[in-house]
Amino acid sequence: MPPTVTEPAVTVRGLEKHYGDLVAVAGVDFDVAPGETFGFLGPNGAGKSTTISILCTLIEPTAGTAKVAGYDVVTQRGDVRRNIGLVFQDPTLDLYLTGEQNLRFHAELYGVPKHLVGDRMHQVLDMVGLWERRRHRVDTYSGGMRRRLEIARGLLHSPRVLFLDEPTVGLDPQTRNSIWRYIHELREREDITIFLTTHYMDEAEHCHRIAIMNEGRIVVLGTPEALKASIGKDRVQIHTSDNDGAIVELKQRYELDAAVHDGAVMFSVAGAEQFVPRLFAEFAIPIQQVSLARPSLDDVFLNYTGTTISDVEASAGERLRSAFAARRRA
Amino acid sequence: MTTTAASPPSPTAIAGIRVPDSGRAHDIRAIKVVWKREMIRFSQDRIRIITALVQPVLFMFVLGTGLSSLTRGATGGLSLRTFMFPGVLALAVLFTAMFSAVSIVWDREFGFLREMLVAPVRRGAIMIGKCCGGATVAAIQGCIVLALAPLVDVPYNPTMLLTLFGEMLILGFAVTAMGLVLAARVKQLQSMMGLMQMILMPLMFLSGSLYPLSGLPEWMNVLVHINPITYAVHPLRQAVFEHITVSPRAAAHLNPPLTLFGWEIPILVQLAIVVLAGVLLLWGAIAEFDRAD
Repeated sequence: MPPTVTEPAVTVRGLEKHYGDLVAVAGVDFDVAPGETFGFLGPNGAGKSTTISILCTLIEPTAGTAKVAGYDVVTQRGDVRRNIGLVFQDPTLDLYLTGEQNLRFHAELYGVPKHLVGDRMHQVLDMVGLWERRRHRVDTYSGGMRRRLEIARGLLHSPRVLFLDEPTVGLDPQTRNSIWRYIHELREREDITIFLTTHYMDEAEHCHRIAIMNEGRIVVLGTPEALKASIGKDRVQIHTSDNDGAIVELKQRYELDAAVHDGAVMFSVAGAEQFVPRLFAEFAIPIQQVSLARPSLDDVFLNYTGTTISDVEASAGERLRSAFAARRRA
Repeated sequence: MTTTAASPPSPTAIAGIRVPDSGRAHDIRAIKVVWKREMIRFSQDRIRIITALVQPVLFMFVLGTGLSSLTRGATGGLSLRTFMFPGVLALAVLFTAMFSAVSIVWDREFGFLREMLVAPVRRGAIMIGKCCGGATVAAIQGCIVLALAPLVDVPYNPTMLLTLFGEMLILGFAVTAMGLVLAARVKQLQSMMGLMQMILMPLMFLSGSLYPLSGLPEWMNVLVHINPITYAVHPLRQAVFEHITVSPRAAAHLNPPLTLFGWEIPILVQLAIVVLAGVLLLWGAIAEFDRAD
């Protein structure tokens, strides 16, 4: 029985994955609606890649269930695989084949009906702007072109759900933008659900909804706008001659929790425009510089986890990531 | 490769491709495309084609010529190079096929293996494709060595050439399967290279490829009979010896029949043993790849 249209594209209930003592995913629940672009946001090692690997049937969960396109990821692996497209974080192209040969290979492995292969290939290559270069070997492609080719390949068999694991990692900002342009175009042209992971805060804004993950759990889930609104505070950054003293004074005088990030004292406060003039008038420690920012997803992350993504990555992330790197090789 | 239309077709017209359930036809498509990729990769690799020729030439013309001063008289008038020729064909196939299997470690290193393993197709189909690819590449490489036949007084006889080609295919299949079993386990290219050398040398020395199997000590005789390569080397030599002029006494000494407990194993049975070994190894490789995701 094919799943009905109204059924969620992805359903996850109580999903867990343990590697010995290490808990990579510690119980997550969520649904993704058909046609939605859903983003997983979080630092390296937060459990994003593990979750996506379970959804793609690459690894089995320790506990919990997950359905993709209406099929169970453990008991109906073949059905799941036929209905998903995958673009991995690490390249999976054959560099010695041409772009076209890579796509042909994929079409045969995925059993795309022979009479449709030519047209479909033309369509996806055209979408990512590689039709002209199809006869060139992939080792002559730039990093951005290779990623675009992988996206085209992931779409070749018309999957219901396209998984993009860190689609822009390791690319320069200009190429990142162009990849996003293709993803948006894709969303308009194909009836497809996109499930992506990223650890770039600004990229999460491209999603309909995002789930912020940290230490194997979903900390918060919602539209980027709703998440930002839920904070309701602006972020203030001050440079002082005595950061530690400033933190103590902010706490004592205004009941504000501040922390030092990148050599500046950072805190969140409602109505920062009114607060800052007061701060200048009353503060004992001289303030050398001040900046205000409306809440961004970075602040959402900071608010819900008490730390910034880059701080998390500097510590625990590395350990987890190396543990994964060893497993992902297989 | 046939699409030449200038503008892309409208998206709505073909957006609805739904990949069908996997069946036999799908598996065969997968086997074919994996095989085809091996062919494309082989045809691009000119250096590999040439380097793979160096070793057999060294064995035949350098080692064969050098040793013939020692063996003069023992070969009953037959040149040692002619004697070695079928053995050298086997070596060319052995090394090329093993190298083909190593490419799967390479594929893993560069991520392409992942693209193959996540596809909605049975692992078995991918491994069979890989094995057929390795066999074909090895047999083609063997044919390049085969082209040197007249240089060692072996004539171009169509029947002989066809027989040799078929036998090389069978040997190539078994050796690639053996390599795949190793590649399933060994994830690092360096370790794989070392392991390959370690396995290839005994297989080569204990197959009768470089010396006749007559009058061997018992322990060595046992090892020779365990080695599946032996059952491919003897048919190769038999095919060559049927088309060269050699005295019956020399033939008996240089190309003794392969026996098992006094039973002379027919050539077809020998080839069946190689096929069986290949199938078992391939089955083992598929099981290994099925286990490890």
